Amino acid sequence: MKNKNHIPAYSLNIEETTLHLAGSLLIGNANVFMEEVLMCLKKYKHKQIVIEIDHLEYIDSIGVATLNYLKSRLDERKIKVQIDGGKKEIKLKLQTFSLNETIQIQKNKKVPFWEDVGYQMYRFLNDDLRAFIILMTNVMYWSITDLFKPKMQRQGEFYNQAVLIGVNALWIVLAMSFIIGLVLAIQSATQLRNLGANIYIVDLIVIAMMSEMGPLMPAILVAGRSGSAIAAEIATMKVTSEMDALKTMGINPVRFVVIPKIYGTIVTLPFLTILADILGIFGGMIVAYFYLDISFQVFINRMTESLYNRDILIGLVKSLVFACIIVLTGSFFGLRAKHGAEGVGKVTTQAVVVSISLVFIADSIMGLLFY
Amino acid sequence: MREIIKIKSLSASLGGRNILSDISFNVYDKEITVILGRSGAGKSVLLKHLLGLMDIQEGEVVIFGKDIAEMQEEEQKRLYFQMGVFYQNGGLLNALTVGENIALPLEQNSNLSHELIDHIVWSKLKLVNLLNAYYLYPSQLSGGMLKRAALARAIVMDPLLLFCDEPGAGLDPISLVSLDKLILNLREQLGMSIVVVTHEVSSIFRIADRIVFIDSGQVVFQGTLEEALQAQNKQVKNYFDTAK
Repeated sequence: MKNKNHIPAYSLNIEETTLHLAGSLLIGNANVFMEEVLMCLKKYKHKQIVIEIDHLEYIDSIGVATLNYLKSRLDERKIKVQIDGGKKEIKLKLQTFSLNETIQIQKNKKVPFWEDVGYQMYRFLNDDLRAFIILMTNVMYWSITDLFKPKMQRQGEFYNQAVLIGVNALWIVLAMSFIIGLVLAIQSATQLRNLGANIYIVDLIVIAMMSEMGPLMPAILVAGRSGSAIAAEIATMKVTSEMDALKTMGINPVRFVVIPKIYGTIVTLPFLTILADILGIFGGMIVAYFYLDISFQVFINRMTESLYNRDILIGLVKSLVFACIIVLTGSFFGLRAKHGAEGVGKVTTQAVVVSISLVFIADSIMGLLFY
Repeated sequence: MREIIKIKSLSASLGGRNILSDISFNVYDKEITVILGRSGAGKSVLLKHLLGLMDIQEGEVVIFGKDIAEMQEEEQKRLYFQMGVFYQNGGLLNALTVGENIALPLEQNSNLSHELIDHIVWSKLKLVNLLNAYYLYPSQLSGGMLKRAALARAIVMDPLLLFCDEPGAGLDPISLVSLDKLILNLREQLGMSIVVVTHEVSSIFRIADRIVFIDSGQVVFQGTLEEALQAQNKQVKNYFDTAK
């Protein structure tokens, strides 16, 4: 039996056009053999060589591959290689473990840059965008239809999703909004005090929170927290064939999985937005009190003057749009998962990055529209 | 005949439940030992003990003359270099292509050049008839292809000892026959000692040199295939009769 801790030796000897190989050729000495033989044959001038293996005692499959590799290296130099002799079992191994002469090692073709760009663009338009529009249409259709058929929904699923997506995110949303309001006010306070326009801190904080930060903060937090969870859950269902199972049971997977999440997010995100508005303004109120000597009463009086219903409405409309974006993006990426566990991780990251980006883009567009 | 694996009075329990009790048998050099038994008999737990994936609670497992319970990390690593494992569900890394998966043990544990490793990988892929899968990811393979890719990875280092966990499960009869031929070739030509856990009776007839039958965590029979076919033990008799 071969002992791999003790590496058996090979010996080679080149005479004219014959390379005599003896001893053992296996995983432990294959690399040294290759280096030595290529060095010996560096100045080899003939157009053919015979590798004589009559005295080769042992060869493993890696040794066979090494001989094959040597053959291909010499082929590149237009040197024809012939393996000659060998014991019966060695010949059998060469036959079993060799790559056939006819088999060419296939190399992955490198796609030219512009061809790749064109293909990616085509794939985006024909594949991704189309799938997204189909999903969006499906979600719109079923979310409206199911409003009138509450019996078709799973019992308690809307409540579960509302708790998971909205209620469980409450404390982090409140804390972050309070901090944002506080920081926004601190940054503005010094400038406004220099201008003697202390009271305008109220307008600044209220409008910024109501129409921008109020809807944006919860949306970003929910996209990071629940958007990723939605993508991961759906992706796992996809790669473990649960989605196929639903389909073959005659259940629409989008209706079954995505619609409760849409309801849960659409209902809870506006509430989170309102609470974020209140906490953010409260943060600003505290800074105004301590830094600018504006009492709570004065702050509230000014707030009622500067705040319009329109600002509150804009914030709520934004939060509804953000809710749809978060669930649709998470579901879209989840449904496109492939390649097992690794694919789940990949689409989850993509879902979070894309949904946060889309939230910002949508915010800018709505900001321009409602200006 | 030289023993490659010696198992002496191995017992194991999980959560207070006895899974293996007093298991003793040997695996011999250049032989194919088939471990048989019904589902839940304790085969997988036994395999995990042989692979050093579970701590030995009672008894002794000696591989290549060394007790695996007393092995240091380095010794265990050296042992793993001489062992190949063909997992039931492949155990291929999803993030790597099939080619990269097969190359991985050589890249990590040998000083071979990348070009030579590449050549070895192609030759192993040819051996398992999977030349078109080099650049594919495991998730893009069918069940049978996945099995063959996993076998290619298990044998890439030419191990002295090969463990196969349900190699034939999910394979069509033609693929199963060629897989069995390959296992026989590995034993004949590379002198591998092979331990196979399987339910496929047709496979057992083709490849088994020695059979170890486990029932309720105990070895109820061990011997050659001929002896197994004539065994009076009720479970063994039932197993082969039902399979016929």
